[in-house]
Amino acid sequence: MNIYSAISTNIWKSYLILVLFVTFAGTVAYVLTKGIGYDPSVGILIFIVSIIYSFVSYFFSDKIVLAASGAREIQKKDNPELFRTVENLAIGDGIPMPRVYIINDPSPNAFATGRDPKHAAIAATTGILERLDKAELEGVLAHELSHVKNFDTRLLAITAVLVGFISLLTDMFMRSLFWGNMRNDDRDNRAQGIFLLIGIVLAIIAPVIASLIQLAVSRKRELLADASGALLTRYPEGLASALEKISADPRPLKTATGATAHLFIVNPFKGKGFQGSLTNLFSTHPPIEERIKILRSM
Amino acid sequence: MDPIVLVAIFIGVVLLYAWMVYNGLITAKVRISEALSHIDVQLKRRTDLIPNLVESVKGYAKHEKELFEKVTEARSNLVSAKTTQQKAQANNMLTDSLKSVFAVAEGYPELKANQNFLQLQEELSDTENKIAYSRQFYNSNVMDFNTKLTVFPSNIFGNLFHFKPADFFAADEADKKPVKVSF
Repeated sequence: MNIYSAISTNIWKSYLILVLFVTFAGTVAYVLTKGIGYDPSVGILIFIVSIIYSFVSYFFSDKIVLAASGAREIQKKDNPELFRTVENLAIGDGIPMPRVYIINDPSPNAFATGRDPKHAAIAATTGILERLDKAELEGVLAHELSHVKNFDTRLLAITAVLVGFISLLTDMFMRSLFWGNMRNDDRDNRAQGIFLLIGIVLAIIAPVIASLIQLAVSRKRELLADASGALLTRYPEGLASALEKISADPRPLKTATGATAHLFIVNPFKGKGFQGSLTNLFSTHPPIEERIKILRSM
Repeated sequence: MDPIVLVAIFIGVVLLYAWMVYNGLITAKVRISEALSHIDVQLKRRTDLIPNLVESVKGYAKHEKELFEKVTEARSNLVSAKTTQQKAQANNMLTDSLKSVFAVAEGYPELKANQNFLQLQEELSDTENKIAYSRQFYNSNVMDFNTKLTVFPSNIFGNLFHFKPADFFAADEADKKPVKVSF
């Protein structure tokens, strides 16, 4: 997979995920109406909302993700060194200057987002700025800018927002199963029973599907971003030692959630707690040792 | 199938391929000139900063006339350079002369403490980094274009449409040599 095929793959995958999402929401809506006996208007409403929601996620996913992570935008005068490094790398990648954000958190981590290079943003925690030296920071930022250039950020941000929605939807469904208005209609009781079964199955597998989508979108692209980042800085050791430092730090990032975890350069949960073990199970990033090994062999 | 139809299909495929190659080469060429304009922006910034630098150094080191002449000459060479090769050469000359300016500045503690000078030094080193990055971007585009021109079968159409390989923006020869450390 080279850069150019990666870009076109990412672009059509983003649209595919949007279509899949609307189909999925439509199915859920259909099951809700047929299986639990909601009025058809509820189903139509869910369907319409899902379409609107996919548009929102396409155009505003970056802002949602940035706001959810507690990132604030900075100007050149706030941190000239960070700003200049991003400027240089953007020139080297031939993309417009992205917006730069800082997350006030001691856990070292970074991510990039935005639907295309013209609307890109790059965020770093205060922890990463304190811990890394210039070459290491440059390696990390080059990795993030590669995500921007490859259109990974579009795919990842859309996934983040839609996955969040799917888990919300199934949550609602499960609740309505327990507490909701189940009607007992003699006429098609059997059909209802079947749909109810499908509904339960959907509710169980939906989070799994969501995790699998995240999994499919990120593993390979992390390695690709590592490689193209190293190509940009011509210094793979910078990123390698940065990854070492970041993964050695035990503090998890407070503002990261299950829906945004796959955006970060290193798993923000650090394998801790329930979310940590869940993300290890559905790991979105290749093991860090493997990434470092590949970088060191370049 | 009729042999005439087969021949027609073959010619159609060849024409379609030629059209794709032509468009691909034009796109690559546009990318190169865009990348070159990125370099030009940085070179312009560099040439704009130099008179200020010369002024601020002159205030402390009046007698380093030869040095100032060298810098000014390198600067005007860069301003008047037309082709990519000339620009690359003039830029490398300027880099060298700036190195000697900063080396000389080491001998003037007052100059080294001057805020204006420090800021200029920072700006210039930032510009130099940016030139390096834009050069890298330009060269990778040139490499793409030149590769398309030389690999089979697109080279046939490249030659047919009279495309010429683009020039790399060469780095200083001295930079490529390994650094000698003597004790």
